[in-house]
Amino acid sequence: MRSAVVVFPGSNCDRDVAVALEQVTGRRPVMIWHRETELPDGTDFIGLPGGFSYGDYLRSGAMAARSPIMRAVSEAASRGVPVIGICNGFQVLTESGLLPGALMRNAGLKFVCRNVALKVENSQSMFTAQYDAGETISLPVAHHDGNFQADEGTLDRLEGEGRVAFRYLEECNGSARNIAGILNDAGNVLGLMPHPERVIEPAHGGTDGRRLFEGLLETVYA
Amino acid sequence: MKARVFITLKNGVLDPQGKAIHHALEGLGFTGVNDVRAGKMIELDLADGTSNEAIEEMCRKLLANTVIENFRIERLEVVEA
Repeated sequence: MRSAVVVFPGSNCDRDVAVALEQVTGRRPVMIWHRETELPDGTDFIGLPGGFSYGDYLRSGAMAARSPIMRAVSEAASRGVPVIGICNGFQVLTESGLLPGALMRNAGLKFVCRNVALKVENSQSMFTAQYDAGETISLPVAHHDGNFQADEGTLDRLEGEGRVAFRYLEECNGSARNIAGILNDAGNVLGLMPHPERVIEPAHGGTDGRRLFEGLLETVYA
Repeated sequence: MKARVFITLKNGVLDPQGKAIHHALEGLGFTGVNDVRAGKMIELDLADGTSNEAIEEMCRKLLANTVIENFRIERLEVVEA
C-alpha cells in the first residue's frame, strides 16, 4: 500500500494518521505538502488529516479545499483511489465537493473532546469491512465544527444508498440524523468526524479504530 | 472599485452563533429581540470594470458555501473627490 498523507498548514493529526498507517500496513506513508500539485506515482491511498488548516479561516476546510494538491486528490478519487478525511479532513472533503453536505459549528457551541459511542451503519464498505453491521464502537472526537447538515433530499439519499457509515449513539454536536461519517456514491471516499487513528493500540485506551485501516488493507490491497 | 459580499445562512439552517448572541442580548436586558442571525461581510477591492458575473463566480467557488449560505453582492462605485 503506497499511502500519502496530505499536510496543510495547521494540520495537527497528520503524524497520527501516518503512525496508524505505518503500524497497520508496515509501510511509512509519504507526507505531501499542500502546495504540491501531484501525488507520487502509484499512490493508492490518501489521508486528509485532522487539525485546523489555515486556522479555519473563512470556513473550516474552505481554504484547504482550494489548495493546489486537492486537484490531484479529486482526480485520484475519481479514479477510485480510496480517500479518507478525518475531522478537518472531512470538512475539506465537503468543502471540495467530494462529499455532500456541510459541517457547521457544533449546536452546543462548545468544542467537544471525548470518546463517543458510534454505530457502524454500513459494514460493507472498503473502510468498514472489519466491523459488524450495527456494531457499537467507541472513538474519540475533538472538534468545534462537526455539526453535519444537508438538505432533506440529500440526507434521504445518503440513508437510502447505505452511505451513512457511522452514526453517533449519543448527542454530540447536533448533526442531522446523528450522522458521524459518510461515503461518496462510489464508496471510495469516507469522511468522518471521529478519530480512528487515535485508537489503534491498547495504550491509546482502545483499539476500535485499528480495524478501519486493517479492513482497508484487506479488502483493497490483499 | 469596491464590492461588498454579504454572506448569510440560508433560512432554516440552524445558527447556533446567532442563538448565543440572542441569549447574550437578553442577558443584557434588551427586550424585544425576536431572532438573531449572524453572517459575514467581505470587502473586495477590485479592478475597475470587474463584472458582476466574476464576483458571483468568486462567491460560488470560495466566498460562500452554497450548501448552507446565501450571498448578496453590493457594488460600491468610488466617487472621485
